[in-house]
Amino acid sequence: MRLQYSPNLRIIEVPCTGKVDILHLLQAFENGADGVLVAGCKEGDCHYMVGNLHAKTRVKRAKEILDTVGLGAERVAMYNLSSGEGGRFVEIVTEMTNKILELGPSPIRGAMEKGKMIREAEEVTT
Amino acid sequence: MIKAKPKPLEEIIDNVKDLNKLLIAGCDGCVTVCEAGGLKEVKILAAALRLYFTQAGKQVQVDEASLTRQCEKEYLAQLSDRMEGYDAAVSLACGVGAQYLAEMYNHKPVFPGVDTCFLGVNEERGLYSERCQACGRCILAETGGICPITRCSKRMLNGPCGGSDKGKCEINPDIPCGWELIYERLKTLGQLDRFERPVEPKDWTTSRDGGPRKIVREDLRI
Repeated sequence: MRLQYSPNLRIIEVPCTGKVDILHLLQAFENGADGVLVAGCKEGDCHYMVGNLHAKTRVKRAKEILDTVGLGAERVAMYNLSSGEGGRFVEIVTEMTNKILELGPSPIRGAMEKGKMIREAEEVTT
Repeated sequence: MIKAKPKPLEEIIDNVKDLNKLLIAGCDGCVTVCEAGGLKEVKILAAALRLYFTQAGKQVQVDEASLTRQCEKEYLAQLSDRMEGYDAAVSLACGVGAQYLAEMYNHKPVFPGVDTCFLGVNEERGLYSERCQACGRCILAETGGICPITRCSKRMLNGPCGGSDKGKCEINPDIPCGWELIYERLKTLGQLDRFERPVEPKDWTTSRDGGPRKIVREDLRI
């Protein structure tokens, strides 16, 4: 198929989106991710019956938390598609990447880099 | 078990927003079962607070801990060498645990992270319902094992009342009439004759009469 998509995406494979925990989502942002895309099977097509539905509720909760803490709910999203839909995957990745580019970098990453610079400056002066 | 639900994150943030070193203290007892205050919820709240403080440009230390039970001194003592280092703690235990934590570390503010709701059962994951009001004198033997104090909206001792409609309570058609439940259960047990003996007025002195209650078991005390 050889479809091209944005290279600034890191894929983390899980056996099923049911494995995706709210902590995984929050910790991704704590580690400086600008956005998180959860790609699950279509609703009703889960091999484990309800894994993608569990993921859906976790993504919803993560959205609420991200909104409350000031990062914005749009930085996390869940899409449903089958493993045979390579073209759709590229569309989704492009859509999400454009949305994140519009939102700009996560303020967490900025704060992490600032903190790192302050620590390095302190190390130099001491 | 004691049932609780997480407090709105906004309310917790409002309590701790001006602090610099925080401990989120969970409880591995009842609140873990209803997924409001165990280690998992501690980690979620701590992550959310770290995200909040970082995006606000503040460097705040948010640490995590979860104790076997916060309603016992022995477990609370496990924090004795750590508490001094924090400005405050957010307790994800029930109101009992949060108060005992505050009592034990008298000089540190303790904020509640959950709303403690009732004594209830797990009907299924995420669905908890009340079964006991801890009135202090159990009458389940008279009522087919179903508590009218909890299950009847009016706490009637000789029901049902005129508001019982097709087995539902008049205050909400989703709430079963407690006395209908009692009737059906006594019928199953073949004990409907109990309805012929009115329940005597209940002794409420065991329920909040005289202020905070206490149990003293001399046979257990050392």
